[in-house]
Amino acid sequence: MTSAHGRERSVALALAALAAVLAVVRPAYFSPENLVDLLLSNLGVMTTAIGTTLVILTGEIDISVGSVFAICSVVAGVAAVHGAPMPIVALAACAAGAALGLLNGVLVASAGIPSIVVTLAAMIALRDALRWATQGEWIAGLPDRFQWLGLSQRSYPVAATLAVALLACAAAWMLRYSAAGRAVYAVGSNADAARLAGVRTARVKGAVFVAGGLLTGFGALLNAVRFHQIPSNGGIGLEMKVVAAVVVGGAAVTGGRGTIAGTALGVALLGAIGPALTFMGVSAYWERALQGAIILAAVAGDAMRAARTSARAAAEPAAQV
Amino acid sequence: MSVSLLHAQSITKSFAGARALGGVSFDLRAGEVHAIVGENGAGKSTLIRILSGAESPDSGSLAVRGQPIPALTPPLAHALGIATIYQQPSLFPHLSIAENIAIARERGSLWRRVRWSERRQQAREVLARLGVALDPDRLVGTLTMPEQQVVEIAKALATDARIVIMDEPTASLSGREVERLLAIVARLREEGAGIVYISHRLDEVFRVADRITVLRDGEAVATRAAAQIDRGELIRLMVGRDLAVVYPQRSGGAGRVALEVRGLSSRASGLHDVSFDVRRGEILGLAGLVGSGRTELAETIFGLRAADAGSTRIDGVEVRIRRPDEAMAHGIGYVPEDRRQHGVVLPMTIAANATLASLDRVARRGVVDAAAEQRAGERAVRELGIRTRSVDAPVESLSGGNQQKVALARWLAIDPSILILDEPTQGVDVGAKGEIHAIVNRLADRGTAVVLISSELPEVLALSDRVAVMREGTIAGVLPRGEATADRVMEMALRDPRRGAQP
Repeated sequence: MTSAHGRERSVALALAALAAVLAVVRPAYFSPENLVDLLLSNLGVMTTAIGTTLVILTGEIDISVGSVFAICSVVAGVAAVHGAPMPIVALAACAAGAALGLLNGVLVASAGIPSIVVTLAAMIALRDALRWATQGEWIAGLPDRFQWLGLSQRSYPVAATLAVALLACAAAWMLRYSAAGRAVYAVGSNADAARLAGVRTARVKGAVFVAGGLLTGFGALLNAVRFHQIPSNGGIGLEMKVVAAVVVGGAAVTGGRGTIAGTALGVALLGAIGPALTFMGVSAYWERALQGAIILAAVAGDAMRAARTSARAAAEPAAQV
Repeated sequence: MSVSLLHAQSITKSFAGARALGGVSFDLRAGEVHAIVGENGAGKSTLIRILSGAESPDSGSLAVRGQPIPALTPPLAHALGIATIYQQPSLFPHLSIAENIAIARERGSLWRRVRWSERRQQAREVLARLGVALDPDRLVGTLTMPEQQVVEIAKALATDARIVIMDEPTASLSGREVERLLAIVARLREEGAGIVYISHRLDEVFRVADRITVLRDGEAVATRAAAQIDRGELIRLMVGRDLAVVYPQRSGGAGRVALEVRGLSSRASGLHDVSFDVRRGEILGLAGLVGSGRTELAETIFGLRAADAGSTRIDGVEVRIRRPDEAMAHGIGYVPEDRRQHGVVLPMTIAANATLASLDRVARRGVVDAAAEQRAGERAVRELGIRTRSVDAPVESLSGGNQQKVALARWLAIDPSILILDEPTQGVDVGAKGEIHAIVNRLADRGTAVVLISSELPEVLALSDRVAVMREGTIAGVLPRGEATADRVMEMALRDPRRGAQP
């Protein structure tokens, strides 16, 4: 447990350092408008990242979340344009995500196809299917009750942030304190051993893909209500943003290790850094380079720690006769 | 006649057409240790997987306490009080010791609440029963192999299983831990549990077993009371033939010094002031306890680990070896301990594996000549007696002993002047063991200087011209063949009274 918390601590420190630098050189970064803007643009990412954390914990990956995100946004918009009440709109977005997650999950868990292949295929096929269905048109003419989920522009950020925080806490609590959550870790840590311990590994893997899809749908909804139109090509590059945040947050891509808190910190760090560069007058081109460097630093730190641990294990004489 | 806890009747099982078990019957009574022995590939692992519910048999029946069990699954086996300790620990490296133990014993809804304090308490109790001081919060991935084996045993104890299946439980243990394990086995038996005990180490089998069942080629050829069978007969039953000389003798006659190590030290590897030499045509046994630095020494000589101080001379010339390819250029070969991880490339063919260290001999201008590779593979199969249908078979399709022969073949192909063998017969069956011994002898007769690391003392004593005993990272002494007895070697390996820390 300590090693996982170590990562969370270092990401939190990096975030604090960034904040300290900004507070000195660009205090305007902390204006309420900028912070709310930053928060709103990352709520969708965070919601999706919760789902991706679950998927990565089982040792799988889902790179179709960007395409699923686009589809769910459009589904929500179409439902709203056709006069559906907001609860139904929300349900439709989540259901669409869950259904696509189920498709991925069944192909991975039951058919045994590697998740990188399944979700790569889904990523490509779903995006082009959406382009064909919408003919590239954006969804316009959204009713007023769609905007800010029918809330005021002031109350929406509070409500949405609370909702995402609640989701994150629920997921974190489940992972730590429910048998189902522990099964997610077990499957990712050693699938064979999990099976022998009576865990139905295929079911667990299927379930995390469904949960991942559902959360992506909800994230898409939170994102869509901020705008007057819904693009038919939303969510491009989202999968990389999300996987990067999860990895920076300390999850092992091979499964079994990672926490929601780490993911939240990863989303915060990677989300804060881009606008920070803009504020400091650094070219936006550097944003991606810096994000890449952060990912590398996080993973390299891991590799060095692993090397140290194994060296220590080798140095300790295994006391025995 | 005590109660039959577990009864298997006429079990058959085939994998992809190859018969693994052909009608095996087996029974386990309460309060007995029933050992299963047999060569690798005899069907022991398959039988265990069926008894533990991990595989279902093609035909035959299982009964637990007289109740027929039509379809045994791992969760059902658990509910029936069957616990299996697999050869390779089936643990969760990212999870704590407490959780690893809890997962084996807790049952209930997926949405139930996990109680961490309870889990820790349980883990502490079970570990105390085993007499080990491990922190239940430690991640299993940070434990050593023997410690992981202890956790594996703790898992079985925590479930209060009445039927405990142990598959090679001592494979990664040695000495004191083996003693502790055997004491646990004895205690479980006294408490009325039935234990199925699988081991290649016949000494252990004779120490703990009440009955012994011998498997050969997927059939149970005999079940005997342990008191009514001796070692020789057991080996005959296992291999189906007489092994005239288990340890072949060698004419001997060593040449000049091939490898000379002086004052070798490495803090990181725990070695200090190691000095020894090996002559051409000589077998130098390297004995010592697990953790005494034998593997570290071999890896340092081969350039896998860095040395802080000391010198290495080959044929009298001082050399500096920093990487394995430099060691190979000086004519050193190394067959590592963990053959599945480091010794062979499992999915590659026998021919490709055999030529991996000598690609320059089968390749021209960087392109591998398939026919030359094939010929080299065939020669290896012929010379080493590798049992396979074809040199194109992947190494993973071979039994452990034959995999080890392939690992040896790779080095024989470059004709090394110095060959270091690390546990060459670990997990290898009796028949293949004899063949590997013969190969080692033949190599020495051809003038190779052989360094033989082995935890099996009889093997070291029988094959070695001299035995160097390691203790705590240094050579405690070297005994010539005449003076090297099991007692003296163990005495040297153990002398320091400070040993005795808990694992």
